[in-house]
Amino acid sequence: MALKLIRKFVASSLLFVTAASASAETFVFTAIPDEDETRLVERFRGVADYLSEQLDVDVRYIPVKSYAAAVSAFRNNQVQLAWFGGLSGVQARRLVPGSEAIAQGVEDEAFQTYFIANTSTGIDPAEDLASLEDQLRGKTFTFGSKGSTSGRLMPEFHIRETFEEAPEDFFARVGFSGNHTRTLRLVEAGTYEVGALNFQVWEKELENGNIDTNAVQVIWETPAYPDYQWTIRGDVNERFGDGFKERVKEALLALDDQELLESFPRSGFIPASNEDYEPIRKTAEEIGILD
Amino acid sequence: MLSYPTVRASLIFVAVAVVGLLFADIAITASNPWRDLGNFFLGVVTPNFFSSEGLLTALLRTVAFAFVGVALGSFFGFLLALVYRLLPVRIFCAFIRAIHELFWALIFLQFFGFHPLTGVLAIAIPYSGIFAKVYSEILEEADPEPRRLLPPGTGMIAAFLYARIPDVWDQMRTYTAYRLECGLRSSAILGFVGLPTLGFYLEASFSQGLYSDAGAMLILFYVLIATIPLWVRPKLLPIYILAAPFFLGEGLPIVWGNVERFFTEDIIPAPLRSGEGMAGMVPWLSDLMVNEAMPGIWNTVLLTQIALVATGILALLAFPLISNHFGGPVRRTSGHVFLVIARSTPEYILAYILLQLWGPSMLPAVVALALHNGGIIGHLIGRQTNTLRLRPDAITGFNRYTWELVPRVYRSFLAFLFYRWEIIMRETAILGILGIYTLGFYVDSAIQNIRFDRAMVLILITALLNIGVDALGRYIRRKLALQTMPTC
Repeated sequence: MALKLIRKFVASSLLFVTAASASAETFVFTAIPDEDETRLVERFRGVADYLSEQLDVDVRYIPVKSYAAAVSAFRNNQVQLAWFGGLSGVQARRLVPGSEAIAQGVEDEAFQTYFIANTSTGIDPAEDLASLEDQLRGKTFTFGSKGSTSGRLMPEFHIRETFEEAPEDFFARVGFSGNHTRTLRLVEAGTYEVGALNFQVWEKELENGNIDTNAVQVIWETPAYPDYQWTIRGDVNERFGDGFKERVKEALLALDDQELLESFPRSGFIPASNEDYEPIRKTAEEIGILD
Repeated sequence: MLSYPTVRASLIFVAVAVVGLLFADIAITASNPWRDLGNFFLGVVTPNFFSSEGLLTALLRTVAFAFVGVALGSFFGFLLALVYRLLPVRIFCAFIRAIHELFWALIFLQFFGFHPLTGVLAIAIPYSGIFAKVYSEILEEADPEPRRLLPPGTGMIAAFLYARIPDVWDQMRTYTAYRLECGLRSSAILGFVGLPTLGFYLEASFSQGLYSDAGAMLILFYVLIATIPLWVRPKLLPIYILAAPFFLGEGLPIVWGNVERFFTEDIIPAPLRSGEGMAGMVPWLSDLMVNEAMPGIWNTVLLTQIALVATGILALLAFPLISNHFGGPVRRTSGHVFLVIARSTPEYILAYILLQLWGPSMLPAVVALALHNGGIIGHLIGRQTNTLRLRPDAITGFNRYTWELVPRVYRSFLAFLFYRWEIIMRETAILGILGIYTLGFYVDSAIQNIRFDRAMVLILITALLNIGVDALGRYIRRKLALQTMPTC
């Protein structure tokens, strides 16, 4: 029995060692799981293939189950590049000194959150949130993921600012659906009466005819804020060679495969910097998500 | 009847649960829950086994993680069992088993990341604690007689190997095999936090409403568990154990600096880290206690008590399904299938499914906990009734149930129920990750906000709560003189 176990330990430690050396020079990236998983895997495998071709190294995408898992993997140097949301990017860059936002989608300069409601609530779309106070109070409401910018941070900020109450006090029930697609489905099905989601997910699903517009509609649009971006670790040059960071950046900015861009959906990538996300940091500190 | 302590104890627990119901958030919020449930069952009967390329790999990984985790757990559990007399060892074991596998996984994910070690340790650590306890109980009950017959001067190790082990070997083997089944369940749910086991794909298909894919995964999982006696053979076991480490998948390499950082920075309370010292600790701790720990504890206890009573009721209703004293072989076979499904499906997966279908409230959690735990207890006491011999002219039907069988099995029923009390609470806390406001919800929130210091305090509180309930459960079982065997 003991001998067996010792053999097993040796075998498993050997396995760990080989696993470590085999993937040492692979450039690994991840992305926040903000949408349906099959869609993410399809999209980012495309990106991995593209980057691998452009950079001449093995590139691997790993799917994760939560926003925090994406941030942790980046912080732990198990991934070197990530497609973060505004908030997760700020969290990640605070935790990894030297890391940089290198590119964002064209649409991310002025991103928006849509508040949506099941039509059975009878809530009419409005220009400003304050005028919806009576109709929204006491409804059930769902955010997206706890760590989402467009699905949690910005909607919570506007709810607190406009109604001067915490969401859980203002609404009868507050939930976290997990991602934007699920928020859409839950409000469409009436499981929650109201929800908040990433406007790009809404527009794309609408365009693809995946929304029952008799069941759910947009009732309010937030002002614009900066959102998603590619963030890279500061130490990639030491590992993958001089100028690697610059090459990743150029590759991302040069990405013009329409089908791939369409899957994000973004019309293209433009340069970004850490400073672009200062408003997000301040908002997160204001509502107490960041220390 | 009130003069029976077992009846009084039962009524007190029922009363607590009824009062709890007044405070609990029980609702079906989905606008069309039955249609969704219908779609789900439609998916289960039209399974799609070829949906995901990763399905078979996931199944293999689920088995591999279970084998490695349980093997390590039983090895270290055995070593700990030898010194279980020592109070510090007992406290240590109580502590590591009070923390759920998923919490362990969430902790290890922070510094080992997606390395196989995360999943292996998440199973091995709490299982060591459980094995230590159960093995030590088994060893203690060994017949002392053979030992006395050994010639004086026999070495301790020889005496142990020749006079003690042979007597308890069968029992230990049975229990370890049983734990392997639990290990498969634990391994499957680790996928929900991102490890490459079945839960990973199940979560993905479910959240996208791909019920046929999810149905196929559940069916494969049931088949895997139901066929354990066929493929887990003593002779094959060494091969499985040797091979398992090679099927854990590569994961991502460990960066050891992260481990040090986690223990020396991440989990240090924020005020201490930022140099505010003890003065900053008071507001930090009171904020944590008032806004997170207290509501979490309240909801966890509330849900646990309701789920415990619901489990009891379900178990009492379910045991006749497999009892020889009622009905014919057809109904008994379907009863077996129902109970196997109920007890093989981890609470976490059941709760996840029901939450998707019925919307968020405590109800899906109560039903999930009652189905799983009620299925286990119903199965055990149902089997027990099959050993009872009634008089040939004994009453039949409902009267047989109420006047002959229930009174005879009630004590062991209560014993199982109180034994599972702590297990139900451990699961209740973890269901918070799915969005029910128990302690797990706040742990998950803290982790999502990258505040591991808060997460660790909350996990610690959860562990203490479990230890408390475990002690209370044992006290009640002793008071009522109830005896039981361990379940998981």
